[in-house]
Amino acid sequence: MSSQMKIVGFCCNYCGYASADLAGLNHMEYSPDVMIIRLPCSGRVDVLHILRAFREGADAVFVAGCLEGNCNYEYGNIEAKKRVEYARRILSEIGIEGERVEMFNVASNMAWKFKEIVDEMVSRVERIGLSPLKKVTP
Amino acid sequence: MIIAEQKPLKEIIRNLEGHKKILVAGCRSCVAICLAGGEKEVGIVAESLKLYSDMHGRIWEVDEITVERQCEKEWVKEIKKIVLGKDAILSMACGVGAQVMQETYPDIRVVPGLNTSNMGAPEEQGVWREKCAGCGDCVLHLTGGICPIARCSKSLLNGPCGGSQNGRCEVNPETTPCAWDQIYHSLKKLGKLELMEEIIPPKNWITSHSGGPRRIVKQEAILTSEEKAVKGGME
Ligand code: SF4
Ligand code: SF4
Repeated sequence: MSSQMKIVGFCCNYCGYASADLAGLNHMEYSPDVMIIRLPCSGRVDVLHILRAFREGADAVFVAGCLEGNCNYEYGNIEAKKRVEYARRILSEIGIEGERVEMFNVASNMAWKFKEIVDEMVSRVERIGLSPLKKVTP
Repeated sequence: MIIAEQKPLKEIIRNLEGHKKILVAGCRSCVAICLAGGEKEVGIVAESLKLYSDMHGRIWEVDEITVERQCEKEWVKEIKKIVLGKDAILSMACGVGAQVMQETYPDIRVVPGLNTSNMGAPEEQGVWREKCAGCGDCVLHLTGGICPIARCSKSLLNGPCGGSQNGRCEVNPETTPCAWDQIYHSLKKLGKLELMEEIIPPKNWITSHSGGPRRIVKQEAILTSEEKAVKGGME
Protein backbone atom coordinates (compact mmCIF):
# COMPACT_ATOMS: atom_id res chain seq x y z
CA MET A 1 0.00 0.00 0.00
CA SER A 2 1.37 3.38 -0.94
CA SER A 3 1.77 6.09 1.70
CA GLN A 4 2.31 9.83 1.55
CA MET A 5 6.00 9.21 1.51
CA LYS A 6 8.08 9.97 -1.58
CA ILE A 7 11.60 8.68 -2.00
CA VAL A 8 13.64 9.44 -5.09
CA GLY A 9 16.44 7.09 -6.06
CA PHE A 10 18.98 8.16 -8.64
CA CYS A 11 20.35 4.87 -9.93
CA CYS A 12 23.24 4.33 -12.28
CA ASN A 13 22.53 2.16 -15.27
CA TYR A 14 25.20 -0.42 -14.55
CA CYS A 15 24.68 -1.38 -10.92
CA GLY A 16 22.05 0.71 -9.14
CA TYR A 17 19.39 0.16 -11.75
CA ALA A 18 20.47 -3.39 -12.57
CA SER A 19 20.18 -4.40 -8.91
CA ALA A 20 16.70 -2.86 -8.73
CA ASP A 21 15.77 -4.75 -11.87
CA LEU A 22 17.06 -8.00 -10.43
CA ALA A 23 15.13 -7.38 -7.21
CA GLY A 24 12.03 -7.13 -9.39
CA LEU A 25 12.85 -10.31 -11.30
CA ASN A 26 13.27 -12.10 -7.99
CA HIS A 27 9.92 -10.78 -6.76
CA MET A 28 11.53 -9.11 -3.80
CA GLU A 29 9.21 -6.77 -2.00
CA TYR A 30 10.15 -3.18 -1.31
CA SER A 31 8.22 0.02 -0.72
CA PRO A 32 6.26 1.30 -3.72
CA ASP A 33 6.94 4.87 -2.52
CA VAL A 34 10.31 4.88 -4.20
CA MET A 35 10.65 6.53 -7.56
CA ILE A 36 13.66 5.41 -9.54
CA ILE A 37 15.43 7.72 -11.94
CA ARG A 38 17.85 5.87 -14.16
CA LEU A 39 21.09 7.63 -15.00
CA PRO A 40 23.89 6.55 -17.33
CA CYS A 41 26.25 6.86 -14.36
CA SER A 42 25.79 7.97 -10.75
CA GLY A 43 28.32 10.68 -11.62
CA ARG A 44 25.58 12.33 -13.66
CA VAL A 45 23.77 13.28 -10.50
CA ASP A 46 24.06 16.94 -9.62
CA VAL A 47 23.53 18.82 -6.38
CA LEU A 48 20.82 20.67 -8.25
CA HIS A 49 18.94 17.42 -9.01
CA ILE A 50 18.98 16.47 -5.35
CA LEU A 51 17.81 19.90 -4.18
CA ARG A 52 15.11 20.01 -6.80
CA ALA A 53 13.83 16.59 -5.81
CA PHE A 54 13.16 17.99 -2.35
CA ARG A 55 11.47 21.07 -3.74
CA GLU A 56 9.25 18.79 -5.81
CA GLY A 57 8.16 16.94 -2.69
CA ALA A 58 10.68 14.20 -1.96
CA ASP A 59 11.09 13.15 1.67
CA ALA A 60 14.38 11.42 1.00
CA VAL A 61 16.77 11.00 -1.89
CA PHE A 62 19.35 8.33 -2.48
CA VAL A 63 21.96 7.80 -5.12
CA ALA A 64 22.90 4.23 -5.97
CA GLY A 65 26.12 3.71 -7.89
CA CYS A 66 28.55 0.85 -8.50
CA LEU A 67 30.90 -0.38 -5.79
CA GLU A 68 33.90 1.89 -5.39
CA GLY A 69 36.57 0.90 -7.85
CA ASN A 70 33.98 -0.68 -10.13
CA CYS A 71 32.48 2.40 -11.78
CA ASN A 72 32.01 1.92 -15.49
CA TYR A 73 33.33 5.47 -15.93
CA GLU A 74 36.10 4.97 -13.38
CA TYR A 75 35.21 7.57 -10.76
CA GLY A 76 31.62 8.65 -11.41
CA ASN A 77 30.52 7.10 -8.13
CA ILE A 78 33.22 9.02 -6.24
CA GLU A 79 31.98 12.26 -7.81
CA ALA A 80 28.43 11.33 -6.87
CA LYS A 81 29.47 10.72 -3.28
CA LYS A 82 31.07 14.17 -3.08
CA ARG A 83 27.94 15.78 -4.46
CA VAL A 84 25.72 13.93 -2.04
CA GLU A 85 27.87 15.31 0.79
CA TYR A 86 27.65 18.82 -0.67
CA ALA A 87 23.87 18.58 -1.02
CA ARG A 88 23.65 17.42 2.58
CA ARG A 89 25.60 20.43 3.76
CA ILE A 90 23.29 22.78 1.88
CA LEU A 91 20.17 21.06 3.17
CA SER A 92 21.25 21.26 6.77
CA GLU A 93 22.05 24.97 6.36
CA ILE A 94 18.50 25.47 5.12
CA GLY A 95 17.02 23.42 7.93
CA ILE A 96 16.37 20.07 6.23
CA GLU A 97 17.92 17.02 7.89
CA GLY A 98 21.04 15.97 6.02
CA GLU A 99 20.32 12.29 6.59
CA ARG A 100 17.48 12.52 4.11
CA VAL A 101 20.16 12.15 1.44
CA GLU A 102 22.44 9.16 1.14
CA MET A 103 24.87 7.58 -1.27
CA PHE A 104 24.92 3.79 -1.64
CA ASN A 105 27.19 1.47 -3.58
CA VAL A 106 25.86 -1.79 -4.97
CA ALA A 107 26.85 -4.40 -7.54
CA SER A 108 24.45 -5.44 -10.27
CA ASN A 109 23.87 -8.85 -8.69
CA MET A 110 23.09 -7.44 -5.23
CA ALA A 111 19.31 -7.36 -5.47
CA TRP A 112 19.02 -7.89 -1.71
CA LYS A 113 21.16 -4.82 -1.15
CA PHE A 114 18.84 -2.72 -3.27
CA LYS A 115 15.91 -3.83 -1.15
CA GLU A 116 17.94 -2.96 1.94
CA ILE A 117 18.64 0.53 0.61
CA VAL A 118 14.96 1.24 0.08
CA ASP A 119 14.07 -0.21 3.49
CA GLU A 120 16.74 1.94 5.10
CA MET A 121 15.47 5.15 3.50
CA VAL A 122 11.86 4.29 4.36
CA SER A 123 12.76 3.73 8.00
CA ARG A 124 14.70 6.99 8.09
CA VAL A 125 11.66 8.91 6.87
CA GLU A 126 9.45 7.05 9.33
CA ARG A 127 11.81 8.05 12.10
CA ILE A 128 12.32 11.75 11.24
CA GLY A 129 8.97 12.34 9.58
CA LEU A 130 7.92 13.67 6.21
CA SER A 131 9.86 16.53 4.62
CA PRO A 132 9.57 19.82 6.54
CA LEU A 133 8.49 21.37 3.24
CA LYS A 134 5.27 19.42 3.30
CA LYS A 135 4.23 21.14 6.51
CA VAL A 136 4.36 24.62 5.02
CA THR A 137 3.28 24.24 1.41
CA PRO A 138 -0.16 22.97 0.52
CA MET B 1 42.36 35.67 -12.04
CA ILE B 2 40.29 36.87 -9.14
CA ILE B 3 39.65 34.19 -6.53
CA ALA B 4 36.50 34.17 -4.45
CA GLU B 5 34.43 31.73 -2.45
CA GLN B 6 30.77 31.53 -1.67
CA LYS B 7 29.51 33.11 1.53
CA PRO B 8 27.84 30.65 3.90
CA LEU B 9 24.26 30.10 2.82
CA LYS B 10 23.02 31.19 6.22
CA GLU B 11 24.68 34.57 5.83
CA ILE B 12 23.27 34.99 2.32
CA ILE B 13 19.80 34.16 3.62
CA ARG B 14 20.16 36.66 6.45
CA ASN B 15 21.32 39.40 4.08
CA LEU B 16 18.35 38.84 1.80
CA GLU B 17 15.82 39.17 4.60
CA GLY B 18 13.05 41.62 3.91
CA HIS B 19 13.37 41.41 0.13
CA LYS B 20 10.86 39.72 -2.10
CA LYS B 21 11.93 39.48 -5.72
CA ILE B 22 15.46 38.26 -5.94
CA LEU B 23 17.75 37.80 -8.90
CA VAL B 24 20.75 35.54 -8.43
CA ALA B 25 23.31 36.87 -10.91
CA GLY B 26 26.46 34.95 -11.81
CA CYS B 27 29.55 35.74 -13.82
CA ARG B 28 31.18 33.47 -16.41
CA SER B 29 34.71 34.79 -15.91
CA CYS B 30 37.12 34.39 -12.96
CA VAL B 31 34.57 33.26 -10.39
CA ALA B 32 33.28 30.58 -12.76
CA ILE B 33 36.82 29.24 -13.11
CA CYS B 34 37.31 29.14 -9.34
CA LEU B 35 33.94 27.38 -9.02
CA ALA B 36 32.33 30.08 -6.93
CA GLY B 37 29.95 32.10 -9.09
CA GLY B 38 29.45 30.53 -12.52
CA GLU B 39 26.25 29.21 -14.01
CA LYS B 40 26.46 25.98 -12.04
CA GLU B 41 26.96 27.64 -8.66
CA VAL B 42 24.22 30.16 -9.46
CA GLY B 43 21.87 27.25 -10.14
CA ILE B 44 22.67 25.61 -6.84
CA VAL B 45 22.34 28.81 -4.80
CA ALA B 46 19.10 29.77 -6.56
CA GLU B 47 17.67 26.31 -5.94
CA SER B 48 18.74 26.43 -2.29
CA LEU B 49 17.07 29.83 -1.85
CA LYS B 50 13.91 28.52 -3.51
CA LEU B 51 13.87 25.58 -1.11
CA TYR B 52 14.32 27.91 1.85
CA SER B 53 11.62 30.21 0.53
CA ASP B 54 9.16 27.34 0.07
CA MET B 55 9.85 26.20 3.60
CA HIS B 56 9.04 29.64 4.97
CA GLY B 57 5.79 30.30 3.19
CA ARG B 58 7.20 31.38 -0.18
CA ILE B 59 8.88 34.55 1.05
CA TRP B 60 10.90 35.00 -2.14
CA GLU B 61 10.53 34.87 -5.86
CA VAL B 62 13.89 33.77 -7.13
CA ASP B 63 15.20 34.16 -10.67
CA GLU B 64 18.65 33.46 -12.00
CA ILE B 65 20.91 34.71 -14.77
CA THR B 66 24.62 34.50 -15.55
CA VAL B 67 26.40 37.14 -17.59
CA GLU B 68 29.67 36.99 -19.45
CA ARG B 69 31.41 39.50 -17.19
CA GLN B 70 29.79 41.38 -14.35
CA CYS B 71 32.69 43.82 -14.15
CA GLU B 72 31.77 45.42 -17.48
CA LYS B 73 28.68 47.53 -17.74
CA GLU B 74 28.04 46.53 -21.36
CA TRP B 75 27.31 42.96 -20.26
CA VAL B 76 25.45 44.03 -17.16
CA LYS B 77 23.19 46.36 -19.14
CA GLU B 78 22.14 43.46 -21.35
CA ILE B 79 20.12 41.85 -18.56
CA LYS B 80 18.06 44.97 -17.90
CA LYS B 81 14.80 43.21 -18.76
CA ILE B 82 15.21 40.57 -16.11
CA VAL B 83 16.65 42.98 -13.53
CA LEU B 84 13.84 45.51 -13.61
CA GLY B 85 11.15 44.74 -11.07
CA LYS B 86 13.52 42.92 -8.72
CA ASP B 87 14.18 44.39 -5.31
CA ALA B 88 17.48 42.62 -4.66
CA ILE B 89 20.27 41.16 -6.73
CA LEU B 90 22.43 38.49 -5.16
CA SER B 91 25.66 39.08 -7.04
CA MET B 92 27.66 35.88 -7.45
CA ALA B 93 30.54 37.85 -9.00
CA CYS B 94 33.66 39.23 -7.35
CA GLY B 95 33.40 42.51 -5.47
CA VAL B 96 34.13 44.38 -8.69
CA GLY B 97 31.24 42.75 -10.52
CA ALA B 98 28.90 43.39 -7.62
CA GLN B 99 29.85 47.08 -7.63
CA VAL B 100 29.40 47.48 -11.37
CA MET B 101 26.01 45.82 -10.98
CA GLN B 102 25.09 48.35 -8.27
CA GLU B 103 26.33 51.28 -10.40
CA THR B 104 24.31 50.08 -13.36
CA TYR B 105 21.13 49.53 -11.33
CA PRO B 106 21.38 52.12 -8.54
CA ASP B 107 17.77 51.66 -7.39
CA ILE B 108 18.04 47.93 -6.74
CA ARG B 109 19.92 46.62 -3.74
CA VAL B 110 22.93 44.47 -4.61
CA VAL B 111 23.90 41.90 -1.98
CA PRO B 112 27.20 40.02 -2.33
CA GLY B 113 26.99 36.24 -2.58
CA LEU B 114 30.74 35.72 -2.53
CA ASN B 115 33.72 36.70 -0.44
CA THR B 116 36.36 37.99 -2.84
CA SER B 117 39.79 37.00 -1.67
CA ASN B 118 42.76 37.52 -3.95
CA MET B 119 44.46 37.40 -7.32
CA GLY B 120 45.75 33.91 -7.82
CA ALA B 121 45.78 30.72 -9.83
CA PRO B 122 44.73 27.10 -9.42
CA GLU B 123 47.35 24.99 -7.70
CA GLU B 124 45.49 21.74 -8.33
CA GLN B 125 41.84 21.06 -9.02
CA GLY B 126 39.89 22.64 -6.19
CA VAL B 127 42.85 24.49 -4.67
CA TRP B 128 43.76 28.09 -5.46
CA ARG B 129 46.72 30.09 -4.30
CA GLU B 130 47.32 33.81 -4.13
CA LYS B 131 49.99 35.00 -6.56
CA CYS B 132 49.90 38.79 -6.82
CA ALA B 133 48.91 41.51 -4.38
CA GLY B 134 48.63 44.20 -7.06
CA CYS B 135 51.38 46.37 -5.59
CA GLY B 136 51.66 48.39 -8.78
CA ASP B 137 55.45 48.16 -9.03
CA CYS B 138 56.39 44.64 -10.03
CA VAL B 139 59.67 43.08 -8.88
CA LEU B 140 59.24 39.60 -10.43
CA HIS B 141 62.35 40.18 -12.61
CA LEU B 142 64.43 40.22 -9.42
CA THR B 143 62.77 37.28 -7.72
CA GLY B 144 62.76 34.49 -10.27
CA GLY B 145 59.15 35.09 -11.23
CA ILE B 146 57.83 34.48 -7.71
CA CYS B 147 56.10 37.31 -5.93
CA PRO B 148 57.58 38.10 -2.52
CA ILE B 149 54.77 40.52 -1.71
CA ALA B 150 51.90 38.09 -2.15
CA ARG B 151 53.61 34.78 -1.52
CA CYS B 152 55.91 35.54 1.41
CA SER B 153 53.74 35.69 4.52
CA LYS B 154 55.67 38.75 5.71
CA SER B 155 55.97 40.33 2.24
CA LEU B 156 59.73 40.49 2.68
CA LEU B 157 61.65 42.06 -0.18
CA ASN B 158 64.91 40.56 1.04
CA GLY B 159 64.32 37.12 2.43
CA PRO B 160 64.18 34.55 3.75
CA CYS B 161 63.44 35.37 7.35
CA GLY B 162 64.79 33.14 10.10
CA GLY B 163 61.64 31.08 10.18
CA SER B 164 62.09 29.35 6.83
CA GLN B 165 62.46 25.61 7.47
CA ASN B 166 62.73 22.74 5.01
CA GLY B 167 61.18 24.92 2.34
CA ARG B 168 58.12 25.71 4.45
CA CYS B 169 56.97 29.04 5.83
CA GLU B 170 56.86 29.29 9.62
CA VAL B 171 53.56 31.16 9.51
CA ASN B 172 51.76 28.07 8.22
CA PRO B 173 54.14 25.17 7.49
CA GLU B 174 51.36 22.74 6.53
CA THR B 175 49.87 24.75 3.72
CA THR B 176 52.45 27.36 2.77
CA PRO B 177 55.80 26.95 1.06
CA CYS B 178 58.40 29.57 1.91
CA ALA B 179 58.33 32.01 -1.00
CA TRP B 180 61.96 32.92 -0.49
CA ASP B 181 62.95 29.26 -0.65
CA GLN B 182 61.04 29.05 -3.93
CA ILE B 183 62.72 32.25 -5.15
CA TYR B 184 66.12 30.75 -4.37
CA HIS B 185 65.39 27.56 -6.30
CA SER B 186 63.92 29.45 -9.23
CA LEU B 187 66.90 31.79 -9.46
CA LYS B 188 69.26 28.81 -9.25
CA LYS B 189 67.48 27.15 -12.18
CA LEU B 190 67.63 30.37 -14.13
CA GLY B 191 71.37 30.76 -13.44
CA LYS B 192 70.67 34.07 -11.72
CA LEU B 193 71.59 33.24 -8.14
CA GLU B 194 73.60 36.47 -7.89
CA LEU B 195 70.24 38.26 -7.69
CA MET B 196 69.86 36.78 -4.19
CA GLU B 197 72.76 39.01 -3.14
CA GLU B 198 71.21 42.16 -4.51
CA ILE B 199 69.52 44.20 -1.80
CA ILE B 200 66.12 45.29 -3.00
CA PRO B 201 65.63 48.82 -1.65
CA PRO B 202 62.42 49.81 0.13
CA LYS B 203 59.57 49.95 -2.33
CA ASN B 204 57.57 53.00 -3.10
CA TRP B 205 54.20 51.86 -1.84
CA ILE B 206 52.38 54.80 -3.32
CA THR B 207 51.57 52.63 -6.35
CA SER B 208 49.90 50.11 -4.04
CA HIS B 209 46.61 50.58 -2.26
CA SER B 210 48.38 52.89 0.20
CA GLY B 211 48.13 55.59 -2.46
CA GLY B 212 44.33 55.44 -2.47
CA PRO B 213 42.06 53.85 -5.05
CA ARG B 214 44.05 53.36 -8.23
CA ARG B 215 43.09 54.45 -11.67
CA ILE B 216 44.87 53.32 -14.81
CA VAL B 217 44.58 55.41 -17.94
CA LYS B 218 45.57 54.20 -21.39
CA GLN B 219 45.49 57.40 -23.40
CA GLU B 220 45.35 55.87 -26.86
CA ALA B 221 42.38 53.70 -25.93
CA ILE B 222 40.20 56.57 -24.77
CA LEU B 223 37.44 57.46 -27.20
CA THR B 224 37.15 60.98 -28.54
CA SER B 225 33.83 62.73 -27.97
CA GLU B 226 32.88 62.01 -31.62
CA GLU B 227 33.65 58.32 -31.17
CA LYS B 228 31.71 58.25 -27.91
CA ALA B 229 28.70 59.78 -29.65
CA VAL B 230 28.75 57.05 -32.32
CA LYS B 231 29.33 54.23 -29.84
CA GLY B 232 26.77 55.60 -27.41
CA GLY B 233 24.20 55.44 -30.17
CA MET B 234 24.98 51.77 -30.81
CA GLU B 235 24.69 50.59 -27.22
S1 SF4 C 1 55.62 42.37 -7.11
FE1 SF4 C 1 53.69 43.47 -6.99
S2 SF4 C 1 52.87 43.46 -9.08
FE2 SF4 C 1 54.51 41.95 -9.03
S3 SF4 C 1 53.44 40.02 -8.62
FE3 SF4 C 1 54.04 40.86 -6.62
S4 SF4 C 1 52.33 42.10 -5.89
FE4 SF4 C 1 52.01 41.65 -8.07
S1 SF4 D 1 59.37 31.62 6.13
FE1 SF4 D 1 59.69 32.34 4.02
S2 SF4 D 1 57.61 32.85 3.27
FE2 SF4 D 1 57.49 32.66 5.49
S3 SF4 D 1 57.73 34.74 6.21
FE3 SF4 D 1 59.80 33.82 6.24
S4 SF4 D 1 60.66 34.32 4.23
FE4 SF4 D 1 58.47 34.72 4.09
